[in-house]
Amino acid sequence: MGLSVFIIYKAILVLIVFSISLFMAMYSTYAERKVAGFMQDRLGPNRAGPFGILQPLADGVKMFMKEEIIPNVSNKYLFILGPSIAMFTSCITGAVIPWGTSLHIAGYTFPLQITDINIGILYLMAVTSIGVYGIMIGGWASNNKYSLLGALRASSQMISYEIAMGLAIIALVMHTGTLSLRNIAAQQSGWHWNVIYQPLGFLIFLICAFAETNRTPFDLPESDSELIGGYHTEYSSMKLGFYLFAEYINMFISSAVISTLYFGGYNMPFVHRLGLSPNLEAILGVIFLFAKLCFFIFFFMWVRWTIPRFRFDQLMGLGWKVLIPLSLFNIGLTGTIMWWFHKI
Amino acid sequence: MMQKYLFIILGLFAVLSALMVVFEKNPVHSVLYLVLTFFAIAGEFVLLNAQFIAIVNVIVYAGAIMVLFLFVIMLLNLNKETEPHKALWMKFGAVVTGGLLLLVLVSTLKVADNAEVNPMNTNIGAIRQLGTVLFGQFLLPFEVSAVLFLAAMVGTVMLSKKDIK
Repeated sequence: MGLSVFIIYKAILVLIVFSISLFMAMYSTYAERKVAGFMQDRLGPNRAGPFGILQPLADGVKMFMKEEIIPNVSNKYLFILGPSIAMFTSCITGAVIPWGTSLHIAGYTFPLQITDINIGILYLMAVTSIGVYGIMIGGWASNNKYSLLGALRASSQMISYEIAMGLAIIALVMHTGTLSLRNIAAQQSGWHWNVIYQPLGFLIFLICAFAETNRTPFDLPESDSELIGGYHTEYSSMKLGFYLFAEYINMFISSAVISTLYFGGYNMPFVHRLGLSPNLEAILGVIFLFAKLCFFIFFFMWVRWTIPRFRFDQLMGLGWKVLIPLSLFNIGLTGTIMWWFHKI
Repeated sequence: MMQKYLFIILGLFAVLSALMVVFEKNPVHSVLYLVLTFFAIAGEFVLLNAQFIAIVNVIVYAGAIMVLFLFVIMLLNLNKETEPHKALWMKFGAVVTGGLLLLVLVSTLKVADNAEVNPMNTNIGAIRQLGTVLFGQFLLPFEVSAVLFLAAMVGTVMLSKKDIK
């Protein structure tokens, strides 16, 4: 592959992944309200366009048009930096996720993944751990006690759950023997989905994903009844929009990560038997991944409108006293079973 | 060639942000500059083919330790007016001890034998290579440091307990 072809292909892929992330996040806001409406026996948004399908656009326009207020006493640069970091970190995670196998066009092979670094999982962990800064800086720069409390809650929550998440991933890596997301996805062809081998690890990872994305039942950083709006109390206009949007992109990416790590990624059993051409199979794989991912996005919403919020000490107790011992136990269990079956 | 330039640019960036850590009056800004320094150093590691160390540097230092620093400083709510200024002899002592530390570090690097590293070997910092070396050649030091960390962790928990039974 020539350099120019390579650059054009990567640029197109980046553009597609970026716009799909934004599109999915946009329509997740719509889906969230529709799901909420369904769960609470309401209609949900239905004014803008047929079935309210233009609602996200209307919201976006509203966000842009609103007056932008920067509090007088706050640190202006950091105040702007906060939402920027939140948005930036949630957008760059899509780079390592294998969205499909490879397309073969005109003798070239185009893998449907922006970059396959050999430490893909660690990259995801690093980006999540940096995501905290967006919330912390924003909350601090607002110079508001509620914002600061929200920021502190967010950071302590994310650091605590990162540990359990990392330990769950260690058990998964013991099983797969690789840190590259592409290899992990490829290993799960057919029915060899990791969730079958790592059910406990999956459960821990899922709970931690909820905590990392600040979704209910772990949305204490912005719990409205205690902290007004939490870390984004002082934010208005599109800066607030960035924070809210980053949460939905995070949800999209975590769903993609969960599907890739534990639910076979782009694999689906029995597809090979259809005898389709490799290109068609690759495209079908992308569709399967998106089907799994949409289910998890729905799951995030389902939980949000079903389970009430934790208390903060309960949240910390769950993280440190239940999930971390459980994930350590999971590592021991994985090791024992691997030793039993002579896999080591 | 491009790598060389990138290395120099990142190095300058690291030194500059490290200096800003010291010169910045606001402690929160200092911490943020320190985070930038860690990122620059992680970039240097990537250029040296040590992706694992680079990413662990980001996860552990930038992502966890600095968040805790920021956490504490935000809670303390330090600012220029209320911060007590150190006495002159204390500043002088700090400069002297810091200089001595620099001397020790430089002399250690100078004395250390520069083992020839094959620059064409791109696997040198790969995680598989690192694991083999850590769990083979350096197993004992690795385990000893692990025990040390465990002891430190237990100590922290003990110290942070309000009433020790």
